[in-house]
Amino acid sequence: MVRLEKRPSPSAFWQWATPVLAVILTMIAGGIMFAILGKNPVEAIRTIFWDPLFNEQFAAYSRPQLLVKAGPLILIAVGLSLGFRAGIWNIGAEGQYIMGAICGAAVGLALYPLETRWVFPLMVAAGIFGGWLWAMIPAILKTRFNTNEILVSLLLVYVAQNILASMSIGLLRNPEGGGFPGSRNMSQIPAMANPELIPGTGLHWGVIMAFVVVIAAYILLQRHILGYHIKLAGQAPRAARFAGVSPNRLVVLCMGLSGALAGMAGLFEVTGPSGQISIDFNVGYGFTAIIVAFLGRLNPIGILLAGLLMALTYIGGELASFMLGLPSAAIQAFQGMLLFFLLAVDLLTNFRIRFGTRKEAL
Amino acid sequence: MDMGGINPAILIASLMVASVPIILAALGELVVEKAGVLNLGVEGMMIMGAICGFATAVATQNPYLGFLGGAAGAACLSLVFAVLTQVFLANQVATGLALTLFGLGLSSLIGQSYVGIKPPLTGTVPLGPLAEIPFLGPILFDHDWMVYVSIIACGAVWAVLKYTRMGLVLRAVGESHDAAHALGYKVVRIRVLAILFGGALAGLGGAYISLVRVPQWTDGITAGAGWIALAIVVFASWKPWRILLGAYLFGGITVLQLNLQAAGARIPVEYLSMSPYLITILVLVIMSSGKGKAALNAPAALGQNFHASR
Repeated sequence: MVRLEKRPSPSAFWQWATPVLAVILTMIAGGIMFAILGKNPVEAIRTIFWDPLFNEQFAAYSRPQLLVKAGPLILIAVGLSLGFRAGIWNIGAEGQYIMGAICGAAVGLALYPLETRWVFPLMVAAGIFGGWLWAMIPAILKTRFNTNEILVSLLLVYVAQNILASMSIGLLRNPEGGGFPGSRNMSQIPAMANPELIPGTGLHWGVIMAFVVVIAAYILLQRHILGYHIKLAGQAPRAARFAGVSPNRLVVLCMGLSGALAGMAGLFEVTGPSGQISIDFNVGYGFTAIIVAFLGRLNPIGILLAGLLMALTYIGGELASFMLGLPSAAIQAFQGMLLFFLLAVDLLTNFRIRFGTRKEAL
Repeated sequence: MDMGGINPAILIASLMVASVPIILAALGELVVEKAGVLNLGVEGMMIMGAICGFATAVATQNPYLGFLGGAAGAACLSLVFAVLTQVFLANQVATGLALTLFGLGLSSLIGQSYVGIKPPLTGTVPLGPLAEIPFLGPILFDHDWMVYVSIIACGAVWAVLKYTRMGLVLRAVGESHDAAHALGYKVVRIRVLAILFGGALAGLGGAYISLVRVPQWTDGITAGAGWIALAIVVFASWKPWRILLGAYLFGGITVLQLNLQAAGARIPVEYLSMSPYLITILVLVIMSSGKGKAALNAPAALGQNFHASR
């Protein structure tokens, strides 16, 4: 008989080994899924995980894309991980991402055609503010009225998407765009652009900020009292209350931080890789970032690696749909599967598996 | 009796149709939560139900088999949730989110070959002359059978939870799994069955969207209905009849804003389409702020995993 025995404390080895195991299991299960779709599984897995980085034909294009896609994922996921650690579930990062992009772009476009170097920093500030403000709605409702933050933050994503649709055909529409929806292309206006800083690397300001945020979050969690409070509130809420940690303050802080980071990611995306406010400029980074946060074990360094891996599946998925005709939705299912396997093998971190019948311990 | 081009009888009749998916999904989730499990994957299960139901109905050209297929597909997905949370003891919030993300991806993968196809028509229940009664006829007696099923299901869930031994055991498991375990009830088995039931109902609701409400397949067809169903469960403070009330309220707003869009109201379309979500948030706030009354009704062991240590 198989039975589970709770470990006195989580296994340090499995804590790092489970994400690797989950990735391997996902590759196997994904291979089976691709085989069902009538594709050669080995070739599909190689196209997704190997070719974007090492195939000479594609690497020149896809290597820079790695940072472009990982940047926003890491930014958002680091913010989310702080809240997840404290048991505060902000799952509306997609909405905060959109609102950050809209607010930042609105400031920039209002100042058009002003050409000073202060425009871009101002837009970044507005983007951060927009995301923060959108996250404050569930935070305040949670602290004031005890409303479930999971549902409110998620429902606000749909509201944000409608605002985005309205903005891209209304207020922010390019007046010289011939009536087409979508704003001016900000990546081509020097004062507002978020350009590739070193040609051929994909490095833009958002990626730099992602690295900065990873380091800052690491220091916060390891060395700062606030980071300690966040961890304490998640692991032992009662103990945290007795220690004088205010749950409401943590909700406002964690929601605000994750919203601000998501908003910042949105602004960098809309001024750089995507270029303009349009109905579908958002591609679900806010949701994928949830997977990134868990895959990275809610640890900033882990999230950095997980963000790069998840970016790789995006690029590899595009490549596979281009080369092998693999449906682009397959990669979304693949990413979801990864989270399943991760949650399943996580059992090994907290429990020991024992075989045979139980011996009564005296 | 016309109000600015909107006929109230037709409005009420169509709000009843609009709220069917949410009633079914919310009822399923209510049973799951009464058993002490928080499954946030309703959206994912609904959309799997939508595509599986659609595919089955198109393949068999029979809408009734389609609904069965939808329920079965979503129940399969909920089985993944059940195994992960009940056997592998995974975090319920995270697993529910994973279910939604995976369901959205898988459904659009399956759905690729179904874009632009019309499903077989689900007819109205022939109630003969009853449907001819002015005003009441279109409201009460001129619906497809799923509208009646949703109302009957509501009553059945209420009766089972309140009056049967099965309902009592289910609630005991949700209030205190340790006590239920000590009494000899199989906590894990009961919870797995509840999760499967919730999945099947969410699948029925999803299939209703793709087979009757819309009726065609598009990516992301459920558009947050699963999340609204979760909110309705809180609004209903875990009482089956109030789910009917909440869903009709929500359906009413949805239909009203659609009618206003069609009537060419001066409010931009985007602001009308966001109104159901805003109202849901507002309702959630009102329900949760009332001196914690709604929260008191929540099953005590909601969201906690059970591991029999003895």
